[in-house]
Amino acid sequence: MYHAETIDVAIIGGGHAGCEAALAAARLGMDTVMFAISLDSIAMMPCNPSIGGSSKGHLVREIDALGGEMGKVIDKTYIQTKMLNTGKGPAVYSLRAQADKMAYQTEMKHRLENTPHLKIKQAEIVDILMEEGKVSGVVTAAGAVYNCKAVVLCMGTYMKARCLTGEHITESGPNNLMPATKLSARLKEMGIDLFRFKTGTPARMNKNSLDLSKMQPQYGDEDIVPFSFENRPEDIEKPQALCWLTYTNEKTHQVIRENLHRSPMFGGVIEGTGPRYCPSIEDKIVRFADKERHQLFVEPEGENTEEMYIQGMSSSLPEDVQIAMYRTIPGLENCEITRFAYAIEYDCIDATQLKLSLEFKDFPGLFSAGQFNGSSGYEEAAAQGLIGGINAVQYIQGKEPLILQRSDGYIGVLIDDIVNKGTREPYRMMTSRAEFRLLLRQDNADQRLTPIGYEIGLISEERYEALLEKERLVKEEIERVQGVTMGPSESVVALLERYHTVPIKNGARLSDLIKRPQLNYDVLAEIDPERPALPADVREQVNIQIKYAGYIDQQLKQVEQFKKLEGRLLPMDLDYETIQGLRLEARQKLNLVRPQNLGQASRITGVSPADISVLLIYMEQMKRKH
Amino acid sequence: MKREYMLDDVIAAISTPMGVGGIGIVRMSGEGCIAMADDIFIGKKKLTEKATHTLSYGKITDGKGGEIIDEVLVSVMKAPHTYTKEDIVEINCHGGSLVTRRVLEAVLKTGARVAEPGEFTKRGFLNGRIDLTQAEAVIDLIHSKTELSRQAAVNQLEGRLKTAVREMREEILNMIASIEAVIDYPDYDIEDETYGNMEKGTTKLLTQMEKLLEGADRGKIIREGLQTVIVGKPNVGKSSLLNWLLEEDRAIVTDIPGTTRDTVEEYLNIDGIPIKIVDTAGIRETGDVVERMGVEKSKAYAENADLVIMMLDGSRPLEEEDKEILSFIKEKKTIILLNKVDLEQKLSLEELESFVPKEQILFISVKENQGFDMLIDALKNMFLDGHTATAEDALLGNTRHKDALYRAKEAMEHCLETITMRMPEDFISMDLQDANRALGEITGDTSDEEIIDRIFTKFCLGK
Repeated sequence: MYHAETIDVAIIGGGHAGCEAALAAARLGMDTVMFAISLDSIAMMPCNPSIGGSSKGHLVREIDALGGEMGKVIDKTYIQTKMLNTGKGPAVYSLRAQADKMAYQTEMKHRLENTPHLKIKQAEIVDILMEEGKVSGVVTAAGAVYNCKAVVLCMGTYMKARCLTGEHITESGPNNLMPATKLSARLKEMGIDLFRFKTGTPARMNKNSLDLSKMQPQYGDEDIVPFSFENRPEDIEKPQALCWLTYTNEKTHQVIRENLHRSPMFGGVIEGTGPRYCPSIEDKIVRFADKERHQLFVEPEGENTEEMYIQGMSSSLPEDVQIAMYRTIPGLENCEITRFAYAIEYDCIDATQLKLSLEFKDFPGLFSAGQFNGSSGYEEAAAQGLIGGINAVQYIQGKEPLILQRSDGYIGVLIDDIVNKGTREPYRMMTSRAEFRLLLRQDNADQRLTPIGYEIGLISEERYEALLEKERLVKEEIERVQGVTMGPSESVVALLERYHTVPIKNGARLSDLIKRPQLNYDVLAEIDPERPALPADVREQVNIQIKYAGYIDQQLKQVEQFKKLEGRLLPMDLDYETIQGLRLEARQKLNLVRPQNLGQASRITGVSPADISVLLIYMEQMKRKH
Repeated sequence: MKREYMLDDVIAAISTPMGVGGIGIVRMSGEGCIAMADDIFIGKKKLTEKATHTLSYGKITDGKGGEIIDEVLVSVMKAPHTYTKEDIVEINCHGGSLVTRRVLEAVLKTGARVAEPGEFTKRGFLNGRIDLTQAEAVIDLIHSKTELSRQAAVNQLEGRLKTAVREMREEILNMIASIEAVIDYPDYDIEDETYGNMEKGTTKLLTQMEKLLEGADRGKIIREGLQTVIVGKPNVGKSSLLNWLLEEDRAIVTDIPGTTRDTVEEYLNIDGIPIKIVDTAGIRETGDVVERMGVEKSKAYAENADLVIMMLDGSRPLEEEDKEILSFIKEKKTIILLNKVDLEQKLSLEELESFVPKEQILFISVKENQGFDMLIDALKNMFLDGHTATAEDALLGNTRHKDALYRAKEAMEHCLETITMRMPEDFISMDLQDANRALGEITGDTSDEEIIDRIFTKFCLGK
């Protein structure tokens, strides 16, 4: 062992969580080192070649609004982009982009390299040093000691990872990379609970061996929306790549059924718990036996490669079965598999051991973020990485941690969920998990979170000023529109007729017309001569905020109630065993989670409203005694 | 998602003990409660215009413009000089307990929520009104009653109602899952629900809810009453006790055959306490010959009961069977009747008292017709003892169910409006989720994960 350096923050792992954590810490002025087993795998996407999607797109925009990097990198390296759910309400619009995987990695690595205060090092961390109960350093496999004040664990799926393709099992991380084998044992020694999760990925194929004419092309959007609020569409426009759609059939299912016994999943070789929303094709065929076909999306892995990703068909069947099954599919009859599908098992933690700041309750200075916390997905990982990185800095500087509430953003929902409930399977973000989703839209992530990012120090003065200006314009225009009354003039009558909506007899306020389902702010421009020229994002806000005002107000009221309970703080060192009147189950759960406020306590499974009443009275008693 | 825990919304309850006199008081507390009361009050002046701590004469209607329920006196007390330190309205009803119930229901329709047991006192304490020394008592109250009544409310559900509510939830959950699956997996070949289908489904559910709400009114009397079960080994005198209760009382409301052949429930009214004794047929049939009510069955009945009367034979020592039942009913309101006190006593009182507090043990002799009066007194003490025995206690379940069902109906009405306006599906889902949550309060099924569970059971999704 030798002393290498004394730094502020050590980030263990260079995946999507690690990158955001490292950038945030360094940008906030901390001397930061990010360690990765292979620097060529920084920001790697070992599974699907896309960023965003329903609710995940929200996360990326929130990361960007707080000053994170993912949105900017994907804006630069996307090859197709699409706004999903545009037929639905604005709350569930979601952005998704196909990525050029290699370009994404290279771009992110380059940004890390050019960030002041940040060093990246190729090394496996095998030990965490503690002094007086606090984190004091990390040790590499080669014996280099880095003394530091805070550590963020971002090991993703590499911890004691093993990959399974039928009977063939390798002790490796994703994509044949070296796993981290030593740190698990060290964490267990410290008293941290670990368990096994599993997930999987489908095969990759050479595009030249596929017959695309048998598949349906999938196009990107003509009018694109950037992920980053700092980019304008025209800055990032480019020709878009195509994806393709094909289907499994009875023959495919037959091959799979006949070989089920060779699947480690069904043969009981895999111990880990797999996610429901990422089922292998074996799972799908067993669980939905009467479904005649399953969709498969064939997606490019990048611009400078012919490899294609077969979305919808992850598997842990042996190679020979995989060849047979993929080749039953229209367009894949002669497919050349470049990488076989595999299932992967790995160690991760029970996130109930963390505070909402992502710091371990029992280890000051030790933070944990990303898939290692039991989540799944690049975006979920990046979001936690950003928060973990920020809070490592807040911790070092002796400041209050940044905790986003469920009413602030999907990031708040994500962290609150995993910390309060833990997860039985890798946690995926979904819009239905956000109870205030009408307020947590992807279009207003900047208004929700950029002021917070500014206060933390990750948002520039300039960007913050731009936001204030945008909000001013929105407010003024809403007020103007509410004040304008339209008479039943010829042009108004004609417009209403054209959009098949009921005519007006006397006057109608412009804002009331916007609320009609057939109309919106933009189409009314022609009968609104006083309208100022406004940027697209301002017009969008005006439209949404007027059109859905009733529903939005209703949720705002709910948030008000919600915040009252969140505002009642609970001491972290409260021993719930000593509180009379709490039920046994509640005592145990509360002692385990040690919630930071009453709202959080009320969301713990096993804590009833009566228990919350008891806590309220207990706190009032304490207050009066002091 | 769980229903949010509310700190200061408007709560309401019947605040007079049950079975006492003709006057019942419905109390409301919380900001805005005076304006809410105005929605259903007809008087010379609006309540909001009255000075604090005044009494107004008027009438209470069943919702704005609805039929008149009762002539009332309403006291308006404005914060902070009130019991809870919040605005309080108290409606003094004259028409007896049924009318009082209807007034409470009308109040709930204005947007108030049924108070949890002890909640007025809790608020008084939290708002600094009540002395610290009473905190323990408040905690005890909440602790002992809320869970019990919640559980009881769920258990008291009639099979038919439970099934109906469960079925409605199933349909709503399926609708939600269909909408949410498309939102979270927009690329997948799941068909969008058509507005026409959703409209049909919603209308059908609305009709069902309205029917159930009407039925709730009709069945009110039948469902009132403390669920009481008499347990004990063969030959301890259960059937004699039952006969005595029924003969003495003569105020039996009705006999209702239960769903199973051998369950018959008897209703009686002891000094105003409506009591429902479960499985009277089981007790009668077995008589002194064969005992059919084994330990398991006793437990099952006791589980659902508000009150357990256990009979023991004082001339025999406690047996394992007895102890098993005793430890099982510890958490319940229990009266132990020690029969055959006229014979030589072999049962160890010390051992018995390790299970049940002394004051809950009564010594009787069925043969000598001794000690039954003490039973009546014990019953009265248990349920009519000041603030621990309000009418909410026994009737909670029903009012709560109705309140929840009513909120579900409101959500579905809103849903229909959302559909008619052709709002996007995610807005429809919001309304459906409100309805689902309300119905879940009735059946006790509230899980954060149930929507997501349903999505993945119903649809095959994922990379």
